[in-house]
Amino acid sequence: MTQAEFLDIVMPFKDKVFRLAKRLLVSQEEAEDATQEILIKLWNNKQKIQEYNNVEAFSMTMTKNFCLDRLKSKHAQNLKIVHSNYQDKNVSLQKQVELNDSVDWVSKIMEELPEQQKIILQLRDIEQYEFSEISKMLDINETAIRVSLSRARKTLREKLTKTHSYGVR
Amino acid sequence: MVLDKIEKLLEKYENGETTLQEEQQLKNYFSQEVVAPHLEVYKPMFVYFLQTQKEQFTKTIPLQPKKTYTLYKWISVAAIAVLMFAVYIQFGDQAKSMDDLSQDELLAYNQTVEAFNLLASMFNKGTESMDALTLMTTSLEKGTENVALLGAFSNTQNKIFKNQ
Repeated sequence: MTQAEFLDIVMPFKDKVFRLAKRLLVSQEEAEDATQEILIKLWNNKQKIQEYNNVEAFSMTMTKNFCLDRLKSKHAQNLKIVHSNYQDKNVSLQKQVELNDSVDWVSKIMEELPEQQKIILQLRDIEQYEFSEISKMLDINETAIRVSLSRARKTLREKLTKTHSYGVR
Repeated sequence: MVLDKIEKLLEKYENGETTLQEEQQLKNYFSQEVVAPHLEVYKPMFVYFLQTQKEQFTKTIPLQPKKTYTLYKWISVAAIAVLMFAVYIQFGDQAKSMDDLSQDELLAYNQTVEAFNLLASMFNKGTESMDALTLMTTSLEKGTENVALLGAFSNTQNKIFKNQ
């Protein structure tokens, strides 16, 4: 397989890999490194790529596992991933909740969700995968996915309502 | 779009029962400028989903290094093979047997052997002359013994003179 052919396969979903990595690792740099590493892994195993019936789903599973491993090792080292992608919004929120601020809040609230719900919400509401695809990627049955998703969406809405009505959480 | 329908969709959405198409409808509705006040709370959620969807991976994918690395590996393997072959060509064919020698080479070889034989016979002659030298050494030893006898004689003579 040539480099061009490989890129043709990988290009359509590389952003999705990156976004999932960023959802889990939070930091932009960490997510970029993770994405590169996953793509290089795919490239090194390019002979096997034809054997996978769904390269995209396979890559998403790989991303999930890779990022969770990363998080675990970071956790073991007692290091917190540094992220400086957003400013502290507390000051502006105290004045007036603007739409942009609330949008950033969504990302903050999503960070607090359990990993499983984070992944499912990311795959469904942002990447718009079918339940059957998510089920394959995560190796969980569809009912469990729906339950997780429902919980995540409700938590999101409840927390947003709080920020919305009080201005400050 | 009818508000009633949106509310129903939202309920389904929160229970995780909406299809992708229905979710798209919700996203479309909430990306409008103005939404119903009591649904305002959902707006940031869907706007965020739509925004995040556009985020892209901008770094380049470093595929080249791996490829050149394997190329270098094979080049080094080839270089070593060439080197080994060159060494073999240079020194490998020295072990010839007598049958492989040409007429001239055989002649040279025989002459060399003859010369060595001559040298060896000369050496033997030299060793014979050395035998004569050994003979002389033994005679010298005998002489020394005689001198010693003479010494003993003179001692006795002295004693005799003292007694007189």
